[in-house]
Amino acid sequence: MRNLHKIGAAALSVALLAGVAACGDDKGGSGSGGKVKLVVATFGEFGYKDLYAEYMKAHPDIEITERVTKAEDHHKNLAAHLATGQGAADIEAIEEGWIGQFKATPDKFVNLTDLGANDLKAQWPDWKWQTSVGKNGAQIGFGTDVGGLAMCYRTDLFAKAGLPTDREQVSALWKDWDGYITAGKKYAAAKLPNSAFMDGPTVMYRSVLGQFDQGLYDNQDNVIVETNPSVRAAFDKTVEAINAGLSAKIAAWSADWNAGFQKGRFATIACPSWMMAYIQEQAKDAAGKWDIAKIPGGGGNWGGSFLTLPKQGKHQKEAYELAKWLTSPEQQAKVFRKAGNFPSTVTLYQDPVITDFKNPFFNNAPVGKIFSESITTMKAQYLGPKAGDINTAIQNGLTRVEQGKQTPDAAWKQALEEIKKIV
Amino acid sequence: MKSWLHRADVKASPYLYISPFYLLFGLLGAFPLVYTAWVSLHDWSLLEDEHPFVGLANYKALFADSLFWNALGNTASIWVISTVPQLLFAILLAHILNNRLRGQTLWRTGLLLPNVTSVVAVAIIFGQLFGRDYGMINWVLGQFGIGHIDWQAGTATSHIAISAMIIWRWTGYNALIYLAAMQAVPDSLHEAAILDGATSMQRLWRITIPSIRPTIIFTVIVSTIGGLQVFAEPLLFGGGGLTGGSDGQFQTLALYLYQAGFGRFDFGYASATAWLMFLVIVLAAMLNFLLTRRIRRA
Repeated sequence: MRNLHKIGAAALSVALLAGVAACGDDKGGSGSGGKVKLVVATFGEFGYKDLYAEYMKAHPDIEITERVTKAEDHHKNLAAHLATGQGAADIEAIEEGWIGQFKATPDKFVNLTDLGANDLKAQWPDWKWQTSVGKNGAQIGFGTDVGGLAMCYRTDLFAKAGLPTDREQVSALWKDWDGYITAGKKYAAAKLPNSAFMDGPTVMYRSVLGQFDQGLYDNQDNVIVETNPSVRAAFDKTVEAINAGLSAKIAAWSADWNAGFQKGRFATIACPSWMMAYIQEQAKDAAGKWDIAKIPGGGGNWGGSFLTLPKQGKHQKEAYELAKWLTSPEQQAKVFRKAGNFPSTVTLYQDPVITDFKNPFFNNAPVGKIFSESITTMKAQYLGPKAGDINTAIQNGLTRVEQGKQTPDAAWKQALEEIKKIV
Repeated sequence: MKSWLHRADVKASPYLYISPFYLLFGLLGAFPLVYTAWVSLHDWSLLEDEHPFVGLANYKALFADSLFWNALGNTASIWVISTVPQLLFAILLAHILNNRLRGQTLWRTGLLLPNVTSVVAVAIIFGQLFGRDYGMINWVLGQFGIGHIDWQAGTATSHIAISAMIIWRWTGYNALIYLAAMQAVPDSLHEAAILDGATSMQRLWRITIPSIRPTIIFTVIVSTIGGLQVFAEPLLFGGGGLTGGSDGQFQTLALYLYQAGFGRFDFGYASATAWLMFLVIVLAAMLNFLLTRRIRRA
């Protein structure tokens, strides 16, 4: 459920080049014994397996088949299936980074408000609801999880560098990103061998950018990178951290990055909730060394997904009922307890099921409380169709600065030129 | 009657026998080629229903796109860095294997092992070998006091790393082809040379290479075609990123095409790129042909 499942995804995308034309998957026709067959296509870990069984038990006339693919391929396949008008599942999950692209063609999806979704609207934070509303006002998806934002840090390294280790005190270090950079300078001054304050530019840039009201797009799908000072501010703040020598200069989702979690190459990294699962996976032996504090600047969100119903589906009514059930507060709470995906339903943010949840890997940090706060205090941002490519162009610019290839101004200028070509 | 049948059989049957290939080629080769040309004349987004005709606009935009020329340059550079050493190594390996060795079959099968390894596995392993912080190559260099190289960041270093993967995968394959050709070289030539006191290297240069020239030409053409289509290596070396590094320093033509088609879903532009790539390959093959014809005459 995290943003881009890059490494493994690339592996399958090679096969995809040859395979796109050949994937005429089974469609949910009426199966044997009069059962309605529903196919649910997801990626990564949605934590739905037990829920499918439970649903089928309560609805003997429904048969659910799941189809799980790597994130990158899942979305590319979906695009191909929508283009050819066949092969899409009855329910297709879409990640936040891709939703802008897909909601640009809302007529390929069932408008959920036609089936009564407006009655459920209050279940989600308004921004989550708005994120999947298409150009024509059609609601194309029900929110599943959200990212939220927090800051993960290494207590052992903080102690060595003479910084506080208690998460309250650490949160107090960085009320804003300037405070984060100041703390980073102290960390850098301690000159710990082979250890920098943060991983690289990507995660910091995305987190700073994610906290502004407006990002890459205005609400009319116009790219405003050049005119919106917030984007340049996120870029500049990250450059400031790079120039202060805080970065380990490691590309996000690279092999060095994965190893870096384990070896303490960096002491902090901004953490959407899905990043917790990633850290636990990469740094199995570092349990108890990581802890979680608040993100500088308060709330924010990065990531999360939606369940959509492609219009080509044969059983839209049944699929609607299932999607509604899967994203209801009770089921989202179950998923959170099992898989850790942070729920997108407002009521749960006050529910002890969530707020009392502590993560043992992260020194029993009250992650439920931290992420609930982050979500409820955040400002929502409109995500346009090419947001992913635009961010890549800007992140590449930051990397060029970090690699000493360009000055910040030159890197920014080149990024703007590349963005013009993308749009 | 019988003779009529016989004549028809003689005349038509050969065509019938080869027809499956051409039918399949027409379906899976020629049709996509023509269809791609058609798509390339449109503003064709995968997600839109409308695909307005734009004539040659995609091609015009491509010729003005610095990223296209960048990708073309990278492709050429990676092709040279990978093909030249690869074919030289292959000839040397084949020459060594052409001697009587114990366990011949074992050595020869071993040659093909890198080639049957999945390209994805190769790229991931080499990506780790060339890692900046924890890569084995930098560790070895560190032992000799040479500082850490950020293989991905530089243009030349990234091309070398990617070429290493290609060389690793294809050297053995070409060596086997050379070996087969070398075995057709008459032993008497070598025996005479040995009697005259020629060294192994002299025999390689004076006898073997001139005799297997057509095979060398064949491998050069095949690796040119393969080299211009390099895709998985740069994709995986960049951790799955489609831009080929922060400055496109190792984005190849095929990766550039993929970025347009499956990153931005801009199939019109991607199709135009595919056609230009095709023309570049035809051009390179023709150049090869002209050069090698000269060599053959020489």
